[in-house]
Amino acid sequence: MGLACGRGGLPVLEGVRFTLSPGEAVILRGPNGSGKTTLLRTLAGLQQPMAGSVACAPDSIAYGGHADGLKTTLTVAENLEFWAGIYGGGDIQNALQAFEIENLRDRMAQNLSAGQKRRLGLARLLVTRRPIWMLDEPTVSLDAASVALFAAAVQAHLDTGGAALIATHVDLGFDAGTLDVTLFRASAASGQSFDEAFL
Amino acid sequence: MIRLFVRDLKLAIRAGGGFGLGLSFFLIVTVLVAFGVGPDSATLRAIAPGILWVAALLACLLSLDRVFQLDFEDGSLDLLVTAPIPMESVVVVKAAAHWVTTGLPLTLAAPLLGLLLNLAPAGYVWLVASLALGTPALSMIGAFGAALTVGLKRGGLLLSLLVLPLYVPTLIFGAEAVRRGAEGQAVATPLILLAGITLGTLALLPFAAAAAIRINLR
Repeated sequence: MGLACGRGGLPVLEGVRFTLSPGEAVILRGPNGSGKTTLLRTLAGLQQPMAGSVACAPDSIAYGGHADGLKTTLTVAENLEFWAGIYGGGDIQNALQAFEIENLRDRMAQNLSAGQKRRLGLARLLVTRRPIWMLDEPTVSLDAASVALFAAAVQAHLDTGGAALIATHVDLGFDAGTLDVTLFRASAASGQSFDEAFL
Repeated sequence: MIRLFVRDLKLAIRAGGGFGLGLSFFLIVTVLVAFGVGPDSATLRAIAPGILWVAALLACLLSLDRVFQLDFEDGSLDLLVTAPIPMESVVVVKAAAHWVTTGLPLTLAAPLLGLLLNLAPAGYVWLVASLALGTPALSMIGAFGAALTVGLKRGGLLLSLLVLPLYVPTLIFGAEAVRRGAEGQAVATPLILLAGITLGTLALLPFAAAAAIRINLR
């Protein structure tokens, strides 16, 4: 039996079954509202599966959603140091360098551009030091150069034995498997339209 | 854990009005009552314990909707739930930060406002003691209410309706302790009951609040 998950009590996906090995990246594909966010939130332990189970431990997953979890009245470095502290002390210097926001470290997050905020949100993944990244549309509001930075960070993460599950509509330019969520659309959901499951 | 506490304090201070908002509200309510009741010092003296406690309660309520709502809106709450710290302790830490930014300043400022309301001299010690014992319960019950309403648009009013009835026991015993203290009677019973309420809420509500947050995030 595969994993089934739903949103607002309605089943969205069922029979989802896949494995993610160390060093492997899988891209989630599917049109808006097809259940990518719901699947990621279920896998990350933010909501209960309607059926089935997730084999990996919740504390091995670093989740990155639509919102970056930034505090606008804290500086870039303070935001990152907070998450580093919560997750047990990753090195923020590397994370700042990887996303080229080192020169912004003393800037208030409220004064960052949308793309810079997103880069800061993604830099958080590096300080969590968790092996599995689950990212929901990570490239939103990033320019081409920043997408390349992000792709390089994911590649480096994979090279060190990490894994990544990424819902995205753009081509990230590295080797990755693809999981098309439309194949798992729950029978009750077909024929109905769904709002994009963001939050 | 400590980082979350420090961050919440920092946010409260930088956002402006962290410490000041509740405190000035407390001041204004008390002064308004003094103006409204008039210059009869005997009447003021009689109602002072109740007024001070009601004002403290309302001031506490003012910043409650921000305990979890801001973290919910910017996505930090999702990340905190998946972080390697138990949600129960996140709730306790957030309630503690709320207490330091509202309950503690209220407790320290209360004697000054007692003066304004002509509180009997013997009551000051018990005013501070009862607020120090009772306001942690206000923050904890408030955090529970905030956890129940997190994610609701304009949940602030609902939060007040949920939380205020739960504040009644704390109000009764808190004001009673001050009244008895001011009249020179024994204050042990209401103070012990007040401490009991505080300890009870601290022991039980973190679990209820954490469960409410998990459900609301789904």
